[in-house]
Amino acid sequence: MDRRTTIKWVLAASASWRLARAGSTGAAPATRVDPTPALKGYGTDPDLLKTYHPGEVWPLTLSVPQRQLAGVLADLIIPADEHSGSASSVGVVDFIDEWVSAPYPDCQRDRPIVLAGFAWLETEAAERFGKGFAALDAGQQTAICDDICDPSRVAPARREAARFFASYRDLTAAGFYSTPPGRKDLGYIGNVPLTHFEGPPPELLRKLNLL
Amino acid sequence: MPFVTADDQQSSYDVIVVGSGAAGGQSAYTLCMDGAKVLMLEAGRKYTAESETPMFQTPDMAPLAGVATPDKVFGFYDATVDGGWQVPGEPYVRTTEDPSGSFWWWRCRMLGGRTSHWGRISLRNGPYDFKPRSRDGLGFDWPIAYQDLAPYYDKVELLIGVYGTNEGRENTPDSSPGCLLPPPAPLVSDLLVKQRAARLGVPLIPGHRAVLTRALDHKRNPARLHPGNPSAQKLTAEAMRSRGACLWATPCNRGCSVRANYQSITVHLPPALASGNLDITTDAMVYEVTLGRDGRANGVNFIDRTTGRQRHASARVVILTASACESVRILLNSRSTQFPQGLANSSGKVGRYLMDTVGSSVRGQVPLLESLPPMNEDAADGHQLYVPWWLYKEQLAGKLGFARGYHIEYGGGRHMPGYTTAAGIEWLTGGSYGVKFKQDVRRYYGSFVYFDGRGEMIPNENSYCEIDPGGLKDKWGIPVLRFHWQWSEHELRQAAHMQRTFADIISAMGGRVQGVVETDGAKAIAPGGFIIHEVGGAMMGVDPRYSVTNGWCQTWDVPNLFITDGAVFASNADKNPTLTIMAIAWRASDHILERMRRKEL
Repeated sequence: MDRRTTIKWVLAASASWRLARAGSTGAAPATRVDPTPALKGYGTDPDLLKTYHPGEVWPLTLSVPQRQLAGVLADLIIPADEHSGSASSVGVVDFIDEWVSAPYPDCQRDRPIVLAGFAWLETEAAERFGKGFAALDAGQQTAICDDICDPSRVAPARREAARFFASYRDLTAAGFYSTPPGRKDLGYIGNVPLTHFEGPPPELLRKLNLL
Repeated sequence: MPFVTADDQQSSYDVIVVGSGAAGGQSAYTLCMDGAKVLMLEAGRKYTAESETPMFQTPDMAPLAGVATPDKVFGFYDATVDGGWQVPGEPYVRTTEDPSGSFWWWRCRMLGGRTSHWGRISLRNGPYDFKPRSRDGLGFDWPIAYQDLAPYYDKVELLIGVYGTNEGRENTPDSSPGCLLPPPAPLVSDLLVKQRAARLGVPLIPGHRAVLTRALDHKRNPARLHPGNPSAQKLTAEAMRSRGACLWATPCNRGCSVRANYQSITVHLPPALASGNLDITTDAMVYEVTLGRDGRANGVNFIDRTTGRQRHASARVVILTASACESVRILLNSRSTQFPQGLANSSGKVGRYLMDTVGSSVRGQVPLLESLPPMNEDAADGHQLYVPWWLYKEQLAGKLGFARGYHIEYGGGRHMPGYTTAAGIEWLTGGSYGVKFKQDVRRYYGSFVYFDGRGEMIPNENSYCEIDPGGLKDKWGIPVLRFHWQWSEHELRQAAHMQRTFADIISAMGGRVQGVVETDGAKAIAPGGFIIHEVGGAMMGVDPRYSVTNGWCQTWDVPNLFITDGAVFASNADKNPTLTIMAIAWRASDHILERMRRKEL
């Protein structure tokens, strides 16, 4: 997490922080800067060396049908191909369940978006094809997703659904590219100790006209 | 004499050091190497890099893929303990929530302070930076000059290990021969930025960071640091030998278990503890400096966080190194009949002239960097190259519309994938999903570039802190601070200038800016405190009427009370403050030793 992302995140989250008035003198109003006491996450001093699993720090909350739909949609966004497996095959459903069940502001913001999005998908599937979304064939599922995948050219009536799809794609990608298969898919070969760092290969620099 | 509880402290010490970060670590190190008996009091818990650092942990091992949350604002694996812009049970107050006028106070509660998490960027202030008022009539001059501090910059670099090069640039000082370690090799994206920025007249040179690109010279450096002091040389050599060189992996903000980057706990404290001259009490929240009948400080009062009880510790000399605002808070809470408006505050300047760094950033995407072959670009975790302020002549000619400069920190490369790797890329992909989305993520991974400006803020009358007049106290019963903040036109115009410059560089790279280029400085600038370079509040000066300390960090009002952290800064150059804090702390500590030898303290 770099500082730039943190700044954006904190400014966005600040609206949801408790801003109780403290008694003050003078003309300037004053706000008290204090963490939300109700927050029950992993705390400000968690053990950084242990490996955590979804559901361990706070309970998962999605129902069985919601998790099924979560997996179907995640695999439409990240299906298996010749480079790597599908989103659901590396635990992305658990990641998304962990996310929407978490007590933090970003997660609490996303939870109603995801749940409403799931409901919208089921309604849309029933209205257009007379079945639940998970039971549709691939062409029918794609027809629905094509309508909402690009926020810049979505019909006004589907704007909320498009917002959901964008968030869900971000979450799916977050869950997928955080895993070893996701890192391998991208060709990330770092995070290993080296005795020397040589820099980029000279032939690549020559090709890019940077030597 | 290592870690002691409040019950096990000696009845009196030569020096009490309040805080254990860059300033506290340096002060304690310097004093202990010369035989002074030191008690260090740290508000946070004990913290050990060797056993607590998540060196190779990956995002999938953390909750929520390690993303930032209010509990860990720089991500799960950031080293910070009990910290952030909010600390549980320790509120503060500010006068507005408007981002352009609010101040955000970053703290943590751990041994070593912020030095485990910090960015390690270690730039020297230049000659101009100590005499800014003489140059442009704004702000204040320091009572010391670059020449006073230059030997101490050398010493700090030799002790902690800083990579970089000497480039002979204006107001960007060279180090003495042998002080700097070799810089890391630049990445593909670094070289592309360098090539294209040069076309705009923007220079890129190797960065300076406190990372061991190779092991320190434990045979030569100790003799240069401690001439005529074989015991200090031996202790320092042993400490240097026990540090590993960089592994070229894992982000520095996690800390480093092989001690390859600078943290107070891995560099300053081990030799100080090995000297037998240092006692450290953690969980000791200092709230007051106590005065004897002679008007001299005789110790401090603190809360033992393990019991909640108020305790006292005694010493001949007290040094505050609690971080700029926390040191100010301690002074303002130390009220007596002699000092009704707070200790060392006869000038009324304690808390005044707070400064942060001007920050603004632009992100872009560069087609030339798409679909590069797999290569390890972890390097030394960034800042291989940077842009020092380069427009001195244009500024002197009055062409810029603002005073003081900024440097550019640049980032790019194929870093550890995670939450942000593919987030929000529909502006490039047209909303792809499925196999096409996977292809797109592969294509764009590593093709993003980030530019962060870090600029000088001029001190002003409207940026300050005081004890909250509303009477708010923290959970220990200690009165809290209230912050006032205001940028001047200089900072706002500078932030807008950063935005235009970064957009121009991205264009020169053939790239696209993500989002808007913000021409309104008030919207382009990060809120006060966000860059976490807050300094000032107990400024050094030449006149007791207008400053809090002299050039030796000694308070005008109380001769045995010193402040060696960022609070004494009289200006806040674009150069990141930590290296200067350490140089000032070393110089002041040498002065304290000399005065103690002369029995003046």
